[in-house]
Parts: sequence; C-alpha cells; structure tokens
Amino acid sequence: MLNVGKIEEGFVLDHIKAGKSLAIYEHLQLDKLDCTVAIIKNARSNKLGKKDILKVECDIDMLDLDVLAFIDHNITVNVIKAGEIVEKKELVLPKQIKNVIKCHNPRCITSIEQELPHIFVLADPEKEVYRCKYCEEKYRENAKF
Amino acid sequence: MRHLMNPLDFSVEELDKLFDLAADIEKNQSKYAHACDGKILATCFYEPSTRTRLSFESAMTRLGGRVIGFADANSSSAAKGESVSDTIRVISCYADICAMRHPKEGAPMVASEKSRIPVINAGDGGHYHPTQTLTDLLTIRNLKGHLDGFTIGLCGDLKFGRTVHSLINALVRYPGTKFVFISPEELRVPDYIIEMLKDKNIPYEEVIRLENVMPKLDLLYMTRVQKERFFNEEDYVRLKDFYVLDAAKMELADKDMLVLHPLPRVNEISVEVDDDPRAAYFRQAQYGVYVRMALILTLLGLAS
Repeated sequence: MLNVGKIEEGFVLDHIKAGKSLAIYEHLQLDKLDCTVAIIKNARSNKLGKKDILKVECDIDMLDLDVLAFIDHNITVNVIKAGEIVEKKELVLPKQIKNVIKCHNPRCITSIEQELPHIFVLADPEKEVYRCKYCEEKYRENAKF
Repeated sequence: MRHLMNPLDFSVEELDKLFDLAADIEKNQSKYAHACDGKILATCFYEPSTRTRLSFESAMTRLGGRVIGFADANSSSAAKGESVSDTIRVISCYADICAMRHPKEGAPMVASEKSRIPVINAGDGGHYHPTQTLTDLLTIRNLKGHLDGFTIGLCGDLKFGRTVHSLINALVRYPGTKFVFISPEELRVPDYIIEMLKDKNIPYEEVIRLENVMPKLDLLYMTRVQKERFFNEEDYVRLKDFYVLDAAKMELADKDMLVLHPLPRVNEISVEVDDDPRAAYFRQAQYGVYVRMALILTLLGLAS
C-alpha cells in the first residue's frame, strides 16, 4: 500500500477517471503554483475499479471549479483545513466555459480573429454537449486534451 | 436592442406579427414608403451575394431609407486586417441598422456583441441565413394560408445546405409537420438534425429517389449543390446534377403542391417548370423583400 502524507490546508480531488490526473494537473495550471502536489495514479477504487487522486496543498480559491466540472463533474472535491475534510464540493456542469478549450471548426470566426475568446455553451445538460458560442460546432471529446 | 442571428430568435407569436406586417406591406406599399425616412441601412457583405444584398437594399429603399455598405471583403477595411468587432463599432456611427454577410460562421454574432445598432445576420458561412428562412415561411404562409400540418420534401444538398437546416428548425415549431429528406447518401441531412427530430417525435423519412415521394408532398423545397461548400472539386462535380426537377416529375405531384427554392438555381429545376402555377420560387424572392421590410421596421422599433 502506497502512503502519501496528509495535507494540512488544501484540497483532494478524488474519483478522477484513471489516467486523467495529469490532464487535470495541466488544465488547472498546477505547474504554475508553488505548492505541494501529489498525483496518485491507478489507485484502487470500489466505485470505479481504478481511479486517480490529486492532492494539492493550497487555498481552494486557487481552483477553477468550472474547469474541473467541465473536465469531469463526477470528481469529488474535498476541502481540507487543519488536516481534516471540512467540505465536499459538488461539481455542476458550467453553463459556459471561456478559453478552456478551442473551437476547431475551420469555418468558425474564431479561426481567423485571434483576439476572440473561445467560448463554449452547455447546449444539452443531459448529454453533456457543449457547443461553440459562435459557430455552434459540437465540442468533441477526442479534441479535449 | 434586438438583433437577428438565428431564425429561432423570434418566437412563433413574434413571427406571426412579423408576417402580418409583411402581408400588410404587400397590400399597402404606399403606406410604408416613408416609414424609414432619414434612416440608414449598412450592408456589410464580406462575401459576394448579389441577391441577398439587393433584396435588403430594395427593402430599405422601398421604406424610404438609404443604404451604404460594401459588397465584398476586398473593398472593405477587412482587407487591411480590421476585425469584425472594430468594423461594427465604426459602422454603428454611420448607420441605424446593419445587415452582415460573412464567410465565417458566427461573425455576425461577434458583431452584435459590440454593436450599438441592430445587426441582421445575412448569412454566415454554412451556419445560418435567417432572412431566407423568414422568406420561406412567409411564402408558405401567404400561398397556403398557414404553416402547420404540411408534409415537406427537402431535396438536394441536405448536408451543407444552411437554408434547409434553418427551415427544418423553424418548421418543427408548427404542429403536424412531416419531413421527407431526399438526397444522395453523401449529402444526407446531418445527424444532429435527425437526433433532434427523434427527440421531438417528429415523423421523417430519408429517400434517394425524388419520383417515389412526389405524390405525398404538400411542399417541395429544392436546393442547389453549392460549389463553395466543397473542399474537393471531384465530389462537387459528381453530385451537382444528381437531381433535376422537370415537367415529368411534376406530373406525379399533387395539384396544390408548391415548389420552393432559395435561388439561384442552376440545373436542379428545369426551366420548363417555371410556368407551372405550382412553381413558387420567383414569388418567394418577392416575399423576401416584404419580409426584410417588416424585419427592418421591427428591429428599428418602427413596426407600430
């Protein structure tokens, strides 16, 4: 059994789909934060079989929960204070995400006007479909990371 | 301030009002001859489209307003690298309302976000062409008297044809609509439209041969296979003459069926059909002016 030390102040992202932790690390730009980060890959999980876990020792406000929810809203976010879990945050699919993913439609106005933000809107919450605000091209999973 | 980006921006009730106004304009043209005195329409066309641009210009001129604008990107500041956002900020100082056509999808929406005047999407790539949809709906409503309960055949390029996609989305809001999609395999209607129809339990069928379905149609919407939507010349050449509506096929149709086409047509409707009373496509172009007149008045707050 692998042991990773407890964190005093920060958050633990649990139930990450196995293999996705590094992508989340990059999307949350954790490499830019000067704090302790533990990435645990392929941990045993009753719920998922295998899962990844991220432990980050920094203030929860540093975390963009919308980005995280977009990547996987099934992730459990545990907020840690004084070494204890003080809150479990529920992730809700954001209605809109800005500059997290890019529109790859070559016919979209964002393909020629570089200064435009890349905004995706939640078009179908049940099917978790996001569409580009401008051209309405569906965002495809394989272009995600 | 209101813009028109998507044909669904207006509710069915708002469309009814718009079509009532267009019908009144048709009957009482002199009443509206000075409705837009002192107002200016800017036609910002980043790609050539003589028909749509002239229809807008005709509409504003018939309302007593004036028109400024450009007819292709090379004669605009876009050629110098100006963004759509900057262009519309400037146009907002010159005009009271803007009709914008752009080859890139979403460009008019970008403009509407920075604009101080109403923006009408006059076609954005393969995305939307809402005033064509309004034209189609007004034509059906005026010639048939209502918009519900029709079996409509859509024929030709159902994959890239934006007028087709917009018309389908607009017609699903009217009860009793049935769709018959007539296209070669390569130009089938996109999956997302099929999914939408399934979700809403709206009947549809997909066929390849036009002849087989002619008798059951109340409306037939023909489309041109557009060269500019293809990246591959070979595919275009192979598919461009797949369907030709001629007098023999019209024989199979109901005596009250209407043939619509967004125009321009190339070979897909034989000229021998033009004199058939069921051919409505040139009347459709006339309705296009009336509906744009009604739209300009509505967006400028002058409808009442």
